[in-house]
Amino acid sequence: MSAERLQGLLIQGLEGDSQAYRVFLSDLTGYLRSYLMRRLSSLPDDVEDLVQESLLAIHNKRHTYDRKQPLAAWVHAIARYKLVDFLRGRAIRDSLNTFLDEEDAFFATSSTDATEARRDIMKLLDQLPEKQRMAIIHTKLDGLSVEEAAQMNGMSESALKVGVHRGMKALAAMVGETR
Amino acid sequence: MKTNDLIDMLATGANLEQAGDPWRRLVHAIGFGTLVSTILMVKAIPVNPDLANVMQLLAFWEKLGFAAAIAAVALLMVFRLSTPGVRLGNLFPALMAPILAIWILAGIALASAEPGARASLFFGNTWKVCPFLITMLATPVFAASFWAMRDLAPTNLRLAGAAAGLFSGAVGAVVYCFHCPELTAPFIAFWYLLGILIPTAVGAVVGERLLRW
Repeated sequence: MSAERLQGLLIQGLEGDSQAYRVFLSDLTGYLRSYLMRRLSSLPDDVEDLVQESLLAIHNKRHTYDRKQPLAAWVHAIARYKLVDFLRGRAIRDSLNTFLDEEDAFFATSSTDATEARRDIMKLLDQLPEKQRMAIIHTKLDGLSVEEAAQMNGMSESALKVGVHRGMKALAAMVGETR
Repeated sequence: MKTNDLIDMLATGANLEQAGDPWRRLVHAIGFGTLVSTILMVKAIPVNPDLANVMQLLAFWEKLGFAAAIAAVALLMVFRLSTPGVRLGNLFPALMAPILAIWILAGIALASAEPGARASLFFGNTWKVCPFLITMLATPVFAASFWAMRDLAPTNLRLAGAAAGLFSGAVGAVVYCFHCPELTAPFIAFWYLLGILIPTAVGAVVGERLLRW
């Protein structure tokens, strides 16, 4: 059962196993894409942007996942929230009732058929305050350890972690505004 | 940016697990809001000078129990509505229980009173200020709950906002109990409830904007 496997990977990830977390995100992406494709068939160009936005949201809100909770319910609620929020922004309210679906089928289909995202999250990174931007670039793109990155930026390890955390949240907020 | 690059970025870095207890911020915020609300009550509309005597009466505890029960159910609602994919379950019926209980007590009190005394049971001496003072005392808890919920992930923003408003209104009512001289069930059943529902309605209205993530 893929839901249970994914849940296991997420829990390992939340315990600090970044390899398991990467596999979790990567597999989850297929399901997210399939879910969003089926519901955005009239706006195929927006699917990949919304996939990325949902991934960022899932990452930033990972602390709200309760391990006793079925993963499908949690992921589906976030994906659906982002979808509804997106459609609301586009004022396509009429089609909203098509999405009153249940989470049970969330892990039924997956898609690797990625189209090009239209928005470049990397470019948004440039708009972050210097501290947050450098904290993210060093730990998340260059792959430095927290200790190394903290030394490099002349800040404490906890300040660096806070910088990463706030930067990721700010990034998600910008993503929400740039569509 | 390719989605795979985004995944690499999200999964890289040493603080994956650094999220901590999701509820700590909410619990702290609520505690702080309640404290501010209590200070506001003591300083702005002082404690009932007759409180020691009033606390001997069952009616005082009925009033406090009514507000506290609503606060407890509303807090559970806030928790559930802040987690994606968690349903409210039977919290709506649970919320109706204290309301129905006070309505029944109010009905009994009104039915057994002399017709001429009914108006004073309902209006007391403070009906004009009660709902507004409860709303005022709810404000610190309202702000604190909204602030903390922004860090969580409510997916039904209007309902989540209403639940946070309901919770703050009920806490405001609990705090107000220690000031308020009124002890009749009909008064509580209407004016207290109104005071709790004002922040609830405000929460529902502003939730969509303030809780968006």
